[in-house]
Amino acid sequence: MNEKIYGLMAEFDTPGAVLHAAEKVRDAGYRHWDVFTPFPIHGLDKVMGYRNSNVGWVSLFMGAGAFFSVVVLIWFANTFDYPLIVGGKPMFSAPMTFVPSYIMLIMGAAVGALVGMLGLNQLPRLHNPLLAKKRFDLVTRDRFVIVIGANDEKFSGPETRQLLESLGGTYIETVEEPE
Amino acid sequence: MAESINIEELKKLAPPAELRRAPVIEGNQGLGWLTDKLSAFAEGKVPGWWWLCFIPAAFAAAVIFPICLFYQVFTGVGVWGNNHPVMWGWDIVNFIWWVGVAHAGTLISALLFLTRQHWRTTIGRMAEAMTVFSVAMAGLYPAIHVGRAWFDWFMFPIPNSNGLWPQFRSPLMWDVFAVNTYLVVSSLFWFMGMIPDFASMRDRSTTRIRRLIFSFLAMGWTGSAWQWHNYEKAYVVLCGLCTLLVFTVSSIVGLDFCTAQIAGWHATIFPLYFVIGAVFCGFGMMLLLLISLRKLCHLENIITRAHIEKVAKLTLVSGLIIDYIYLMEFFIAWYSGDPYERWVFEHRLFGHTYLVFGWMLIGINVGVTQLLWFKKIRQNLVLLFIIGLLINLGMWTERFVIVVGSLYQEFLPANWGKYTPTMWDVGLFIGTLGAFFTLYLLFVKFLPMIPISEVKGVLPQGDPHHPLGGQRKGGHS
Repeated sequence: MNEKIYGLMAEFDTPGAVLHAAEKVRDAGYRHWDVFTPFPIHGLDKVMGYRNSNVGWVSLFMGAGAFFSVVVLIWFANTFDYPLIVGGKPMFSAPMTFVPSYIMLIMGAAVGALVGMLGLNQLPRLHNPLLAKKRFDLVTRDRFVIVIGANDEKFSGPETRQLLESLGGTYIETVEEPE
Repeated sequence: MAESINIEELKKLAPPAELRRAPVIEGNQGLGWLTDKLSAFAEGKVPGWWWLCFIPAAFAAAVIFPICLFYQVFTGVGVWGNNHPVMWGWDIVNFIWWVGVAHAGTLISALLFLTRQHWRTTIGRMAEAMTVFSVAMAGLYPAIHVGRAWFDWFMFPIPNSNGLWPQFRSPLMWDVFAVNTYLVVSSLFWFMGMIPDFASMRDRSTTRIRRLIFSFLAMGWTGSAWQWHNYEKAYVVLCGLCTLLVFTVSSIVGLDFCTAQIAGWHATIFPLYFVIGAVFCGFGMMLLLLISLRKLCHLENIITRAHIEKVAKLTLVSGLIIDYIYLMEFFIAWYSGDPYERWVFEHRLFGHTYLVFGWMLIGINVGVTQLLWFKKIRQNLVLLFIIGLLINLGMWTERFVIVVGSLYQEFLPANWGKYTPTMWDVGLFIGTLGAFFTLYLLFVKFLPMIPISEVKGVLPQGDPHHPLGGQRKGGHS
């Protein structure tokens, strides 16, 4: 066996149990660990100490970028490159650019939300050692899993296993990382 | 205070029966059961009724649709009934109708998410799929209505050898942006919502090919707290953006009309009118799809009668707003004192050519809608199905009355004319219907049609602060 250890995984039955266990893992001082659930659990963000997700900012910047690019495009197309007189109105004015720019803002912001979500989550990810575990398939069904990474400073096989056991974790397994 | 009220004791008292909410899922047997139940249809054998619906739909999509499309593109718009003075015929009527069908899907999914309506989780995905496919059908019509479809790229701001640019002040130009954005954004929204469910399908797959396809679609989703954290944020942002689109796209379609000088079109109420009309029509379509799929896919426990009743109530609300707008349209036509306006509106109901459509509009959109006031009718699925069908017909008629009814007798009597659709108009509409239902049936069969992860999240088993979700005594720190 020349496989490195990726971490230790433990299963829990209910969202309440996993939330409680997550609090204890956090209090034990671990830093490289994660909770895997079939659906978002209310209160878990707080336990994990996550602050407001940056997806909103990505979306805002992409949206604002799209908005102003279209304003510039309209100015370039209808005022600079080929001045177009329509109904004796000014060549360029803010209101005339609003609707197309606003729609492209929505487009940009929506693409930003998806791209931002995938980027921050480091998806698409072709390989993940966790997905090789048979029991891990149940995470998208009805199981709640805590994985403590082997790269954590506090990680030590028997102690970490004992902690997970004391929290009521079942099916505690070692996750291997292929070389 | 002499007596302190014990909050914990109060919480334990159940609310009175009439205030208790119906559970989102009936016969709930836990998260695993739900996962099996929701993925059963996409994983099971193809049932007979599916083929029975699919074969005619696919025939319309694969045979009638391309024949009508290519004949029109190669010959010209003249193969349709469009001719002076009615230059906008079924093509535009159907365009607005399809955009309308799309809108309710977004409204149900996005707006009800923002207002935290838990029952929306069960029908959201179906509504989104309806949106994506019907926007695709809608977008086709303006593209070929221009006559020379191979010049469609002129509508986009692409540098070309003529040195010309689109005219960005025109609502018709805004339409290009709006419909394309709607298609892209609603597809993104639909797709993003499915990522966790693709992961679920991946983990459940029994064959290698299934696993490969769903692994590819799920993109390595594991459901970690960090992933959900970003996902939820992205989802709420997308919901907000989609809600904006509901109010934008149809408003712009309305602007196509109200910036024209034609009597019957030149009204400030049009943007709102088109948005509400779109939503109303879409709710009709939603009723059709929900009631039939609930029965055919055995989802009686998931899409409960309470959910369908809520959709019916929303239909009633949007129907009442539409009725108010009809009233206002007629009132303003009279109050404006404009003889042309009065003429058009009088001839909608008492003209000599299209009066039957005017009365159909009143009869269905104003008359039939009122049936939804009655709880007995809202709970009768057969009647609701028929009402949904009628609403679709009624709203199609409304667009016909607006488009054709305002054009055929314009300002100069010498220009008056008639409009009759040809078989190519009818064929193309049947083709788009076929394409829509083909796509929808494929979606229902192969993709998770009910959001598996979202439904789990609103169950008591999914709530960490509920006894069924494993709540601990004393709560969490």
